[in-house]
Amino acid sequence: MSTDNALLEEYSQREYKHGFVTDIEADAIAPGLNEDVVRLISSKKNEPGWLLEWRLKAYRHWLTLKEPTWHNVKYPPIRYQDSIYYSAPKQQIKLNSLDEVDPRLLETYEKLGIPLEEQKALAGVAVDAVFDSVSVATTYKATLEEHGVIFGPFSEAVHKYPELVKQYLGSVVPYSDNFFAALNSAVFSDGSFCFIPKGVRCPLELSTYFRINAQNTGQFERTLIIAEEGSYVSYLEGCTAPKRDENQLHAAVVELVAMKDAQIKYSTVQNWYPGDADGKGGIYNFVTKRGACRGDNSKISWTQVETGSAITWKYPSVILQGDNSVGEFYSVAVTANHQQADTGTKMIHIGKNTKSTIISKGISAGFGQNSYRGQVKILKGATNARNFSQCDSLLIGDRCGAHTFPYIQVRNTTAKVEHEASTSKVGEDQIYYCRQRGLKTEDAVNMIVNGFCKEVYDVLPMEFAVEARKLLSVSLEGSVG
Amino acid sequence: MIATETDAYQDAYQRLNDARGDTFPVWLRELSERALNQFTTLGIPTTRDEDWRFTNIAPFAARTYKIAESAEIPASRIESLVNDAILDEQFHRLVFINGRYAAQWSYLHELPNGVIAESVAQSILTHPQSIESRVGQHFDCENSAFIALNTAFVEDGANIVVPDDMIVDRPFHLIFLSVTDEPAVSHPRNLISIGKNSRATLIESFRGLEGASYFTNAVTEVELHESAHFDHHKLQHEQLNALHLATTQVDQQAGSHFSSHYFSFGGDLSRNELNCMLNGERAQCTLNGLYMPVGDQHMDCRTRIDHARAHCKSFEIYKGILDGRSKGVFNGKIYVHQDAQKTDAKQSNQALLLSDDAIVDTKPQLEIYADDVRCTHGATVGELDEQAIYYLRSRGIPADQARTMLIFAFANDVVRGVEVLAVRQHLETILLAEHGLDNV
Repeated sequence: MSTDNALLEEYSQREYKHGFVTDIEADAIAPGLNEDVVRLISSKKNEPGWLLEWRLKAYRHWLTLKEPTWHNVKYPPIRYQDSIYYSAPKQQIKLNSLDEVDPRLLETYEKLGIPLEEQKALAGVAVDAVFDSVSVATTYKATLEEHGVIFGPFSEAVHKYPELVKQYLGSVVPYSDNFFAALNSAVFSDGSFCFIPKGVRCPLELSTYFRINAQNTGQFERTLIIAEEGSYVSYLEGCTAPKRDENQLHAAVVELVAMKDAQIKYSTVQNWYPGDADGKGGIYNFVTKRGACRGDNSKISWTQVETGSAITWKYPSVILQGDNSVGEFYSVAVTANHQQADTGTKMIHIGKNTKSTIISKGISAGFGQNSYRGQVKILKGATNARNFSQCDSLLIGDRCGAHTFPYIQVRNTTAKVEHEASTSKVGEDQIYYCRQRGLKTEDAVNMIVNGFCKEVYDVLPMEFAVEARKLLSVSLEGSVG
Repeated sequence: MIATETDAYQDAYQRLNDARGDTFPVWLRELSERALNQFTTLGIPTTRDEDWRFTNIAPFAARTYKIAESAEIPASRIESLVNDAILDEQFHRLVFINGRYAAQWSYLHELPNGVIAESVAQSILTHPQSIESRVGQHFDCENSAFIALNTAFVEDGANIVVPDDMIVDRPFHLIFLSVTDEPAVSHPRNLISIGKNSRATLIESFRGLEGASYFTNAVTEVELHESAHFDHHKLQHEQLNALHLATTQVDQQAGSHFSSHYFSFGGDLSRNELNCMLNGERAQCTLNGLYMPVGDQHMDCRTRIDHARAHCKSFEIYKGILDGRSKGVFNGKIYVHQDAQKTDAKQSNQALLLSDDAIVDTKPQLEIYADDVRCTHGATVGELDEQAIYYLRSRGIPADQARTMLIFAFANDVVRGVEVLAVRQHLETILLAEHGLDNV
């Protein structure tokens, strides 16, 4: 179709819609990484000794590790010594209301479409907005406090609830886990901490908007969510980033702990700067996310819509320790232009009657390379474990790639493991059918792509489902004819 | 890599090289020298290599195997081994003992005009130019230590050439016997070329003397010219002390059809690699496999299908039935190159666990760089259906027979694809008759 090229061109010249830099004075330290930097970060945050020790152990371990190369993504070597490992907006005074927040900050949020005030009123979502590395404003604290839910910046939790942090920090993702987790453990700046007490159903959907802002700052977030016995929480994470040319490293760690009968639902919409049409710039996103179903009948579900970043390296996993525990992974990953994604999940079945479901939808367009890499491991004691995996890829354009690397390891006879994968392009007959009924080609493709991802959208929280649909159609704008 | 592991092979290589006479062609000597260097550089793979992640070869590599000599084994014992291996007297039979052609046990019926079926050693001696362009043509020794090792020790194997426009009705049956009383290694190298519009069938059988400890490192190179049809069968019945490594590389030109039927029963550790390069439009391949490890056996099946041209099709079914403390590994890759549009690839791997201690590692992979493709893969792992057993038992069938029937039904997806009657009967005997049920 002749319109293809024109549309593709239009798409490739499209500017990143969230591309702008807010000019706020940032409190940054000189680039480079050594033990002194780790100490400096720790002292800037006024951290207790044990945490500094932990950071140093992680740093020393990191030095012994090599950057992994097994993934199916290519990028120029990252110069870790050229990154700045700490940057905080110069505004450290405690705030009681939003009025006290730097108006320019609030303006930024508004540009991103997440006005705090509005959200307070309309969405009923408590937002712990992380601007660069330090949490600026936390809303809805009162409502949450009423229910005994602790939700706030990680650095604050270290001081307020040191015992809890000490007990759970690194208990799911130890600092020795992998190269990027070790780096994060050494230099993590801030993040979110969330604790749901026994039997509490969290009244709000908790949400954090991350935003990378200062030039050259790697973002090392650390999130820790603990759901006590019989509790429930739904956590939303959404990301946008301003446009810039240099690649930015992002290595976050997320740890989830679900006790007996507890449920954690973790949803992500990731839309960081993916680089320009020639593959220049963009965020390098190396994330370690893992949840542990510690107690019986617990459940952790990961839902992600990944449309941004030049490189996505992310495997949200669930360790199914408790009997009858459930792990779920729903993912839509889009790679357009020169984006690369190597993403998937790990389901480790340890307890009896554990169940896991994996639904992964990959969409590749332009020169995008999209890999699904997943592991399903049924250990010896996991009697009657059940897994179902489905990985579908949709190809748009003849220079993109879709790859599937599932690992299935079974150590128990009673296990039932099923894996299905398919790869295809948007059918010409499907488009033809829609066009016959008066739809424009682009609308038809949109409809088909949305239908392709429906299974994942269905499990997204409502606010995200709307955003995700929009994101997807923007991401694929003009890439199909 | 520990240097000593490859040292033993260096010494053996020197001895072999000295023994190679003046008639040994220079190009082949150079090739094998290069391959040896490559083997030394690569070293024995470890589980840190992604390709060997699930198969630990180290305990075997640490053993010393010497190049198998013609052993002092009574002819009667060899005869009974050959008789066990024979499937049908009507087949052309080429027998190799410890990797060397044994004319006295082989039997070739009258061959159609122009068809060559002889030992590689014979070809090297009398008309080396005929194989010059075929050894190592479709391989890079660069990445596989064991192909490099085989190439370094290249000596004998089967050389089969079918010219254009010819149908060879009788299957070729290659029988590889390891007959040795001390740990020995053989490196058979088979070269097969099927001409345009021709058709041929081949069966490879691997067996050994009872109780023998040995290492078979076989490499088979297959060229299929335009519109050639080739059916390949492999029956792996190695002894329980054996290490069996084999690689088959198939290069397919336009419109050619290749079908492979792999059946793995023997060996302590076995690993079969099958690589199909669909190098012409509308080429098609069907890969079927069945692996049935019991006891402590470890079986690793690897396949790779390269869709390098448009309009090619590939179908693959690999099934595993695992008992005892055995381990089954499946690794199947479908690689669709850029511009290989209209590719149709289907892959399926199913494993049946009969014991609590059996281990399955499965890794199907799709790598796709073209957009107009239809590729699917599926993998399942499970146990026998209790309900199905109950159903059969409620109709008066004893439990163990019910199990045999269900296992056979599971395996039959692969078995029934075998068109050579004698091979299918052989398999049915293993799956049914040995468990007290009649063949189908």
